[in-house]
Amino acid sequence: MKLDTHTGLDSPQGVWWTPAHKHEKMWVGIAFGWCMVLFAMMPLWHLKGGQNPSGIRAKVAPSAYFTRTQEFITQYRVGEDQGIPIVAPPAGSHIYLVGLSFQWTPILQLEKDAEYTLHLSALDVNHGFSLYPMNINFQVVPGYDYGLKIKPTLAGDFRIVCNEFCGIGHHNMVGRVIVTEGAAGAAGGQP
Amino acid sequence: MSTAVFRTCGSTGKKIESQAEKMIKAHAVTSVVALLIGATAAVLLVLTRWQAVHLLPAVWFYRILGVHGMSMLIFFIIFFEMAVLIFASTVLLNSRQVAPKTAWAAFGLMLVGALTVEYMMWSGNADVLFTSYVPLRAHPLFYLGVIVFAVGALIITSLFFANIVVAKREKTYTGSLPLVVYGALTAAIIAVITLLHGAIIYIPTFFWSLGMMEMDPQVYRMVWWGLGHSSQQINMAAQVSIWYMLGALTVGAVVLNEKISRTAFVLYILFISMASAHHLLVDPGMGPTWKVVNTSYFMYMAVLASMIHGFTVPAGMELGMRLRGYTSGLFGWLWKAPWGDPGFSAMVFSIILFGFVGGITGVTIGTEQINIIVHNTLRVPGHFHATVVAGTALAFMGATYYLIPLIFQRKVAFWGMAKIQPYLFALGILIFSMFMTFAGSFGVPRRHWDISFRDAPFSVEFSPTVDLLLGIMAIGGLLAATAAFMFIAIAVKSVFFGEPLGEITKGVEMVGVPRGLTHPPVQPADAAAKNAELHEEGRGWRLGPAPGTLVFVGVFLLAFVLYYFVNWKALSFLWKIG
Repeated sequence: MKLDTHTGLDSPQGVWWTPAHKHEKMWVGIAFGWCMVLFAMMPLWHLKGGQNPSGIRAKVAPSAYFTRTQEFITQYRVGEDQGIPIVAPPAGSHIYLVGLSFQWTPILQLEKDAEYTLHLSALDVNHGFSLYPMNINFQVVPGYDYGLKIKPTLAGDFRIVCNEFCGIGHHNMVGRVIVTEGAAGAAGGQP
Repeated sequence: MSTAVFRTCGSTGKKIESQAEKMIKAHAVTSVVALLIGATAAVLLVLTRWQAVHLLPAVWFYRILGVHGMSMLIFFIIFFEMAVLIFASTVLLNSRQVAPKTAWAAFGLMLVGALTVEYMMWSGNADVLFTSYVPLRAHPLFYLGVIVFAVGALIITSLFFANIVVAKREKTYTGSLPLVVYGALTAAIIAVITLLHGAIIYIPTFFWSLGMMEMDPQVYRMVWWGLGHSSQQINMAAQVSIWYMLGALTVGAVVLNEKISRTAFVLYILFISMASAHHLLVDPGMGPTWKVVNTSYFMYMAVLASMIHGFTVPAGMELGMRLRGYTSGLFGWLWKAPWGDPGFSAMVFSIILFGFVGGITGVTIGTEQINIIVHNTLRVPGHFHATVVAGTALAFMGATYYLIPLIFQRKVAFWGMAKIQPYLFALGILIFSMFMTFAGSFGVPRRHWDISFRDAPFSVEFSPTVDLLLGIMAIGGLLAATAAFMFIAIAVKSVFFGEPLGEITKGVEMVGVPRGLTHPPVQPADAAAKNAELHEEGRGWRLGPAPGTLVFVGVFLLAFVLYYFVNWKALSFLWKIG
């Protein structure tokens, strides 16, 4: 083994492709092993973990997405808050949320422990879906439909904060998600 | 053609060519001006996000946020990097600047581009922030300004390659390129990849802004981040090169093994451009396979590279110190290091903060699933202020303390202030980054004017803890900005009104001259024998020639493992999502 004493400012003379010292090789080995752990965790979580950003992904024309959301709102509308419709879809259904500067439509009323497919898209520019206080974050891109299977495991009154800059009114873009406890009574007889 | 005029540096013996020297000066000075704009913007921003102060109105908050991003991440850093490239390819090789007229024209392009972009932003014609995500629309001149700037930078980068070829042909050095120049070469290659991504995205966006074509928002995000994230990898390569350089200048750091260090640089080139994925992990356009492969730089090979440098740089310093007789205990070499040399302290804090704060958080939040609890929260800027500001900017500041005497041939002004500046800056940015990250863990969004949501249709009430965290964050930010202003004052005073360097008498302390120049770390005559002795099997704690560093990287790995798995645990508490 050749032991060097030159610095990084000196030109190495002759062949520098020489074996490394034992301890340096050991660290490279440990670091490589750790990198493999880092890598393995992601596929592993896809198999065993409960939170993955996979979803159903498709391109969609903003106008088509808007129409689909309108149908969804008409079908399951149960009320209104601040001029925004409240929608209570049945467990297991596809539900639609649309971002348009500077509002999230509609307000979703969901049941605890029921599974839904939440579709996200925007009509104008990029928006950011951030469920407060759960801290679940997804990018909402115009022209793309992001369908994520979700299962609320906690009841409560949640907020959707826009966390992608979408224009000067960005900080006022707040939506609402309600998760009700009463799944047993309401959903008991549903097909 | 040999009309080049050289001078010989009194303290290093390097031959310095006058055109190269002037180019380095021009780029460095412009870079500091950009830093001044960016740091001023930073003060306004932290005073706004500190909810109790909430200084700027909404429109100006977003506008200044764009100015801060462009001035710092693009203009300050790239102008400085061009100075580093010219320095590495001429001064370090005793060679000359090739095609100086073209180089000056390229500098002119960069300047015109930067001024155009600044004007467009300040005049309210480009309220699209740093990322300018389509379909947010800016004035066409904004995009054109970026393109012109990038073309200039691409020309300087091309001339860097030319400089190296000419140095080889004119035999201004023998053997292989020094490691520092090799690292700069890595930075230059990544710069080409990055700037090409920039061209691929900004040229169509320019035509789109003129109404001449369509743009897909998701494709924009992907290609734009090929520019946006890869440009941070130019920083990495440049900053690691500077670590090797300052290590050599301040403590005589040796290169443990050229093969290992150079291979690590090559890993950057091969895998770094996949990092675009880090920003698209919770995007609808890409599937899990694409996300997993790309976000991990194909199995974390670029992370491996950084972990290698994270060992070889401090180990080289430790060995350099031990060779010169500082052999007591595990850390004797460290206590005896020149902590009063701002070039040394800046480099050490750059390494530590980049690794422990920037690196660990970066790899963790760039994990596909963990990104769900991170995307667009304050954890993201919390991470990259530790990499780009604590890592890159601080390394550049450390390098400047040596460029001032070596290139500008001036003493460093306000020497007492210069000695403490790296400490203050590192402390400030550490507080800033950490508390920004903590606030982000509560889901506080980044790029957001008002998290009291005063005018929003529904109330959002963050825990009172968040207000406290943001207050401390702001204090850290102000501290760092103060230190940045100190740096600017030192640089401007030294360069324009500084005392000429004069003769350096070796072994005598001089006000305004870093210790690495007055007391250069010269190895003893029997260095090779000492080195063999330090490498002896079974010596000391059987921890090899750099036992202190081995302990450091062990602590680092432990912190990394802990932080990483705590984040998986936090993720598992969420709703089920798939």
